Amino acid sequence: MSKLFTKDTQAIFWNNNRSAIQRMLDYDYTIGRVTPSIAAIVAPTSTAKFDKFFWGSEEVMIPLYRSTSEAVSEHKNADVLLNFGSFRTAYDVVMEAIELDGQFKTIMVTAEGIPERRARTMNQAARDKGVTVIGPATVGAIAPGAFKIANIGGTIENIVKSKLNRCGSCGLVTRSGGLFNEMSNIIALNADGIAEGVAIGGDRFVGSVFIDNLLRMESNPDVKYMILLGEVGGVEEYKVIEAVKSGKIKKPIISWCIGTIAKHFKSGVQFGHAGASANADRETAEAKNIAMKEAGFYVPDSFNEIPATIHKVYEDLLSKGVIEPIVEPEVKPIPKNRKARNFICTISDDRGEEATYCGIPISQVATPDTGYSLGDVMSLLWFKRRYPKWAVEFIETVLKTVADHGPAVSGAHNAKVTARAGKDVVSSLIAGLLTIGPRFGGAIDGAAKYFKYGYDNNLSPKEFLSYMKKQGIPIPGIGHRIKSVRNPDLRIVGLKKYVNEFFPSHPILDYALEVEKLTTSKKDNLILNVDGTIGVLMVDMWKELGYDDVEIGTFIEAGALNAFFILGRCIGFIGHILDEKRLNMPMYRHPWDDILYDVEQVEE
Amino acid sequence: MAQRAIREYDGKALFSKHWEKYFSGFHYGFKSVLVSSGDELKKKAEEHGFEWLKQEPLVAKPDMLFGKRGKNDLVLFKDKKPGDVSLEVAAKWIDDKISHPITLLSGQHGTLTHFIVEPFTPHSEEQEYYISATTVGEDDVLYMSTEGGMEIEDGWESKVTEVVIPINMQDANIDHMVKANAPTDLPADKKEAFVSFAIDFFRFYRDLNFAYLEINPLVMLDNNEMAILDLVARLDDTAGYLMEEEWGDIEYPTAFGMEDQSAEEKAISDADAKSGASLKLTILNPMGRIWTMVAGGGASVVFADTIADLSGNVAELANYGEYSGGPTTGETKFYADTIFDLMTRFKDPKGRGKILIIGGAIANFTDVAKTFTGIIQSLEEYADKLKNVGVKIYVRRGGPNYEKGLKDIKEAADRLGLYMEVYGPETHVTDIVRMSLENGE
Repeated sequence: MSKLFTKDTQAIFWNNNRSAIQRMLDYDYTIGRVTPSIAAIVAPTSTAKFDKFFWGSEEVMIPLYRSTSEAVSEHKNADVLLNFGSFRTAYDVVMEAIELDGQFKTIMVTAEGIPERRARTMNQAARDKGVTVIGPATVGAIAPGAFKIANIGGTIENIVKSKLNRCGSCGLVTRSGGLFNEMSNIIALNADGIAEGVAIGGDRFVGSVFIDNLLRMESNPDVKYMILLGEVGGVEEYKVIEAVKSGKIKKPIISWCIGTIAKHFKSGVQFGHAGASANADRETAEAKNIAMKEAGFYVPDSFNEIPATIHKVYEDLLSKGVIEPIVEPEVKPIPKNRKARNFICTISDDRGEEATYCGIPISQVATPDTGYSLGDVMSLLWFKRRYPKWAVEFIETVLKTVADHGPAVSGAHNAKVTARAGKDVVSSLIAGLLTIGPRFGGAIDGAAKYFKYGYDNNLSPKEFLSYMKKQGIPIPGIGHRIKSVRNPDLRIVGLKKYVNEFFPSHPILDYALEVEKLTTSKKDNLILNVDGTIGVLMVDMWKELGYDDVEIGTFIEAGALNAFFILGRCIGFIGHILDEKRLNMPMYRHPWDDILYDVEQVEE
Repeated sequence: MAQRAIREYDGKALFSKHWEKYFSGFHYGFKSVLVSSGDELKKKAEEHGFEWLKQEPLVAKPDMLFGKRGKNDLVLFKDKKPGDVSLEVAAKWIDDKISHPITLLSGQHGTLTHFIVEPFTPHSEEQEYYISATTVGEDDVLYMSTEGGMEIEDGWESKVTEVVIPINMQDANIDHMVKANAPTDLPADKKEAFVSFAIDFFRFYRDLNFAYLEINPLVMLDNNEMAILDLVARLDDTAGYLMEEEWGDIEYPTAFGMEDQSAEEKAISDADAKSGASLKLTILNPMGRIWTMVAGGGASVVFADTIADLSGNVAELANYGEYSGGPTTGETKFYADTIFDLMTRFKDPKGRGKILIIGGAIANFTDVAKTFTGIIQSLEEYADKLKNVGVKIYVRRGGPNYEKGLKDIKEAADRLGLYMEVYGPETHVTDIVRMSLENGE
């Protein structure tokens, strides 16, 4: 891996840190990335399915998941994990991510103060699997013009000022995050900005150290020279010296270790980070600066001389032609005033020349010659996909099957009574629709839910019956007033015939029919009724269409099954209402003799 | 937050608390008390369970994190001859030691306040061993030697056996490694016991999240009786939340000689503890000429470095510290007040003006103008005093809203008649140190 990130890098962000994520998206937008760099967010305690973020002046939705493994299963191309867990949880998050073999190439850990033994364990585990850990206790890393982690680089204004919006020629590695910005600024003022930058983190034990990053930069063709900003304490800088001496690193290195002040004070004063405390003479900033100078690094005389040193090295490389002058790219400005949308629409759009259903203009689905039927349009608008023919025809079959069931059922009756009260079509229709619920039409939902449960959990029909008994409710979709085994419901016969011929498979229906064998052995009319058949077949259809259990569960919870009944039955209700209008029947009043009056006198 | 030293007494108490779990094959008496005066020691001797203080000859020594107590002549183990120290003599010795400040051979200076008192353990030199463990690079290292005592450091290489234990090594392999690498000169009759103890010791060190643990000398008496004569321990305090039960309420004393925090340092450290922001202050030289008020940990280091490098005399630097993590206006004002108060107490002995560096790197997201509000309020309050000691102020900062911040603070300085130069990100962060020194004579 010669480059840490590219313009195609996709990351999963652990913890919904909205401001940091927004800053990443603003950066992506500014540098002209086509897609946001965050593919998904892991928000363990959130029940939401996505969160909205600005993309320029528009908004985009980023999916939320409860766990890293869930997120990964949907976003296989995301190979960077940005772990914003706290010092208590960050370790577990890293260990889980490393176990997802081959998924993550880079894991960034922001938490400060992870117990040292845990930090060492996770760093080692990552090394064993070839995963680069940036941090803990870091603000992150950046590949200017390609990908930026969270807050590194500061505000967009500062990023543009420090030329972090496009690739320069310096590879920068620092320990401190606070000085990273400062160094980027110095490099922009005195050279042409950076090609890749990493703040390795301030804790004593960090995953990738100076040498890991510098070796990668050595093989990154964009990097022409490197800057190493070290710190008092530790011996990591000596590994870099070794690499230079052995010829593994050939590009020029400008370096400086901060904390030269520490030599003046015996003990007790902690200068800088947890990692910054010299336990031996060779760990002092001064000793390291001398050693690096002797090894041929460009080491200034003091921190204050760094800008001049950078300028000199840059000009030298420029004059030799190693570095070529950069033409500044255009910067897409982030709009100052952005408004978060209160509503989201993901199915249709009326802003263009012609309104569209899921991107398809209405004229291309409306007329018969388009090949789209009503079921096709329903699958587009309800499920955002065009279903295959067998499923579309099944949907239409369902609609036709449930369209009406005579004037006596409660919904139709209500619609008729309302129409006779002189109300208009919509009021009468609503009166009928409001009757639809758990006792009228709702069995489709329940049948789908419970038969799916029994099937998914491998309950035998007998176990299923005892499970339903424990729930204390009759099995939804089982039983008919008149129809029985000997007197079958021909609607169901038709449905089964269609399904046997056209459905690729129908395991839930088969399962429900096994259950039916058991229930009808007890009582002849405990058949799988039309609601039950439709409910289980809908689940079979979705399973066959490739939806997973969570998605199907969501459809059921959202009431999509009921929706088929509602839509279909509207046809019948409207029929009854129009019938009433045509007949012009008077106001309906229920006869007294059909009501049992049992009113007791209240005691005064 | 890092590795922090604990008292010898507390270290031994941890051993005692977990002894059965880790060292079940051995015995440890844990006869130790921690006292601050002779009186307290005598009172302790009256308590049930501490009768040994009256019955046995004693050893007393300071328990204040510093080592080389023997070389500093701070271990009381003999009155007339070794092993004859009575309670009375120990109490008197302690009272004498706390009555005046002392200076150690290392140069640390301060007053003794804490002593550990234990029974004198008669033993021969052959019974003394050395054992310690710590982290070197990414690995743990167990050090063992058949020679204990304070001379261990002379000829360390030849005396001490090292076992390097990687972080992910399994227990069975650790056992094998320690066995295979035990000191070759262990007496035959002690070998098995020592190796077994060393393995236990390493597990104890590892599981309790020690960063450093050393027993020197460890005395192996008869019948598997162990005596921990001297102990040094540091804990990884970031593991505190995992170790609540195991560590109990452990104290982290400040280094000897450092405990005399000034009232001002203490006030800042109290404010730091109460705030979500970070406020740090160490006074290096109250008479120093250059005072700093720097935002950010990394920047505070480079400012201190540069002042020492460019002034050529570190004594010029009066303080070290930083404020960061989004302090409130009130907190920033309090921090500034503290520094302005300290720097205006004395005039420069050589009659020069003082220098105040208000510095910082380019902030990520802190609103610089907002931060400066607290400083401006403090400048208003201390303007006369600051003028009185001839202060020249140099400001350098970048980040969100820095233009307004710089403009506001400069306007305030002009209004108050204070000398001030302000610089933004186009000026190298520490370059105001150079300017101030060149302009300061």
